[in-house]
Amino acid sequence: MTMSTKQVTNMEQLLEGIWKQNPVFVMVLGMCPTLAVTVSAFNALGMGVATSFVLVFSCGLISLLRKQIPKEVRIATYIVIIATFVTLVDYIIQAVSLALYDALGAFIQLIVVNCIILGRAEAHAAKNPPLPAMVNALGMGIGFTIGLLALGSVREILGAGKLFGITLFGEHFQPWVVMVLPPGGFFVLGGWLLLFAWWARRKNAGPRSPHPNPLPEGEGANVPLRGTSDKRGHHGA
Amino acid sequence: MSDEKKPVKMVVMQPAVTGSGRMIATLGSVTALCGVLIVAVWQWTLPAIAANKKLVLERGVRALVPDAERVTEYDATVGGITPAKGDPVAGAVRFYAAYDGAGKLQAIAAEGAARGYADVVRVLYGYRPECECIFGIKVVQMKETPGIGDKIITDAAFVANFDNLDVALAPDMKSLFNALKTVKHGSKKFGWEIDAITGATITSKAVGRGINDSVQMLLPRLRPHLEKLEKQEKGEEGREKGQNLGAALHSPFPLHPSPFSSQGASS
Amino acid sequence: MSIELRPSPHLHSGRDVPTIMRHVVYALFPVCAFSIWQYGLSALALIVTVTLSCLAAERIANRMSGTVNTLSDWSATITGVLLALTLPPAFPLWMGAVAGFAAIWLGKSLFGGLGHNPFNPALVGRAFVQAAFPTAITTWAPAFAPQRFSEFIPSSLTLPFMVPNDISAWVAANMVDGFTGATPLARWKFEHFVYPVEDMITGAASASSGETSALLLLVCGLYLIARKFMDWRIPVAVVGSAMIMAWGFQLYDAETYPPMHLALLSGGLMLGALFMATDMATSPVTPMGVWVYGALIGVLTILIRYFGGLTEGVMYAILVGNAAAPLIDKYLQPKVFGARKK
Repeated sequence: MTMSTKQVTNMEQLLEGIWKQNPVFVMVLGMCPTLAVTVSAFNALGMGVATSFVLVFSCGLISLLRKQIPKEVRIATYIVIIATFVTLVDYIIQAVSLALYDALGAFIQLIVVNCIILGRAEAHAAKNPPLPAMVNALGMGIGFTIGLLALGSVREILGAGKLFGITLFGEHFQPWVVMVLPPGGFFVLGGWLLLFAWWARRKNAGPRSPHPNPLPEGEGANVPLRGTSDKRGHHGA
Repeated sequence: MSDEKKPVKMVVMQPAVTGSGRMIATLGSVTALCGVLIVAVWQWTLPAIAANKKLVLERGVRALVPDAERVTEYDATVGGITPAKGDPVAGAVRFYAAYDGAGKLQAIAAEGAARGYADVVRVLYGYRPECECIFGIKVVQMKETPGIGDKIITDAAFVANFDNLDVALAPDMKSLFNALKTVKHGSKKFGWEIDAITGATITSKAVGRGINDSVQMLLPRLRPHLEKLEKQEKGEEGREKGQNLGAALHSPFPLHPSPFSSQGASS
Repeated sequence: MSIELRPSPHLHSGRDVPTIMRHVVYALFPVCAFSIWQYGLSALALIVTVTLSCLAAERIANRMSGTVNTLSDWSATITGVLLALTLPPAFPLWMGAVAGFAAIWLGKSLFGGLGHNPFNPALVGRAFVQAAFPTAITTWAPAFAPQRFSEFIPSSLTLPFMVPNDISAWVAANMVDGFTGATPLARWKFEHFVYPVEDMITGAASASSGETSALLLLVCGLYLIARKFMDWRIPVAVVGSAMIMAWGFQLYDAETYPPMHLALLSGGLMLGALFMATDMATSPVTPMGVWVYGALIGVLTILIRYFGGLTEGVMYAILVGNAAAPLIDKYLQPKVFGARKK
């Protein structure tokens, strides 16, 4: 993470968002679309791609203009740029698929307030040249898309017995209705976070001596992760 | 996080060094650039969006009236009916006239909407002038509870309510002779009543109310001018269709049906 | 010679969690037996499946969190039995197992095990399957079917993850007089039909497996109260407030609102008031708080039943009551003896 002191390769820039700083599973950012539109894998993919598009192009433009933008009006400028790309995405989705547009509803317009984007603009794009900024934004976008897909696939498989609209278990599958309702989003997100926390704790069990009095899963969910991530975690939330 | 720390001198309180002229210039030029971008993309996608909307609409109307060859949009206002242009004007009811290959009016379709249990339920209904009845519905959009509210699509008995639903106008042509009414399951007695689904009463009522509100608005405006719609000038409609097809061809996006079923509701 | 120093308390009643829990299981035995007598093999299989899945979930949670084995405190067993008693007798067994896992994991383990759970685990499990399988959980089977001890209700043996088998053919073959597949509360809500009182006492009305006989539940509850394993004020407050509400509505408009006995004898009110609302971990401990908590549950039950979209409201009423319990305790702290107002 120390861009100023160490040369960071493009690959590392890309991987940061996909894995180490995954916006959904590590930073827990952008929860509003994450919970709301992931009723199916296709919706999740649509939302992820739309957000990635906005991320990459607004970060690119902001990075290009970073020397011209006075710091007093930088947030206003960022928001204007982000809002522009959100509007573009809005038109393009309508042109590609009205069905997807109806399914995503107001959440397309709400990309503008997704804190991942403003967070990236302020924390990264404003301080780096266009290429690394765009690569880093692409990584974040891919990481976000992966996070949404992880939720969307589980919810669609359990909630409808399908994946990307393809029936998996035959006609007699009993859908778990709760999974396509709002609580299902929370359950599945919680499950994924639990899984990653458990995995991170197992991985770090060696040198960092485990908690003397091991906590049950739920309470312990965040403890080991804080040790591994570099505290950047919650800055943009 | 070193890359986010500002240099120390910035943290020290200092009066703003940037002149307001420069701020205005920067914001102004960024905004102008963004404006140009938006207009360009809008113009680029407009034909595709229009073609997409038309396609979705035609698919819906075709599902109701299978032998419809062409679909024309109209707006019904207090003054009469006019071919639709652009978005519906306030107070007008948008409806769709479906014609067969010979240009003869087959049916009228229009949309009714009312608040259901979770969100607005939008239903397209087909109206046949000869029998003064509704002969079918298609749910356009709904977010009702799966397994309960979505029975309005799957429950055969409920859907059968709309096979021949009486919407005859009163002699004064100002309202329905009998307003549509959603009744408790099993107690339907008359042709204008809708038998609700047990356990999904709220959604059933929303369907009934949405159609009733729409019919009450549309029919008194439509009936006096019905003969204007009876026969379609082939050339005129053909030309319009040609234009639309052209738009679709020039669109940069393919128009194949999307893998996501927004008819989501209907599948 | 060594002198042993210990902090107070120096006397205790000799009761610990496993003892109390064991007696609750004893008190539930007759309810289970009655349910099995009514619904036969299916009810038996449901109770066994749900309880075993609760125990399995508890064991797995113990393993994953590295805590001691807590199976022997009987709490998972009670959760399982209670949960099974709130499910419809013809509920597919695989869904029962899902409910059992949801109850223990979502309702208890995530919060840190017994005593840390803010909600009654059995009701969390039921709420989960109610939201997940709304159709199956409102499909009722007739009691006292002639074949009940020789064959399962077909929907019980549904293959995992599949839509429940249709039971209408089985109901027709085992025809029990007057079976409509709707609970007394539902029949009032949709048909304004008043169930005969004797049907609701003898268990002939459609209901969840453990809530058919209000009288039996009352007797079993009285046993626990007599042995002082249960705070009598909670059931009294729940049933009392529900009674007053139902009576008030009936006085106000007897055409629209059901008679009082229907509200008291049907559905899960007795089961909930006696065995779920009294859960020690999730109810208030202050003397005044207990009354407020019980009254809240009773009032909410009636409000949900009369004005909500659901026919039965006990489950959500108790869950809301559980959520309010810490707040109730906070505001109704009794004055410490000798303490002065500042």
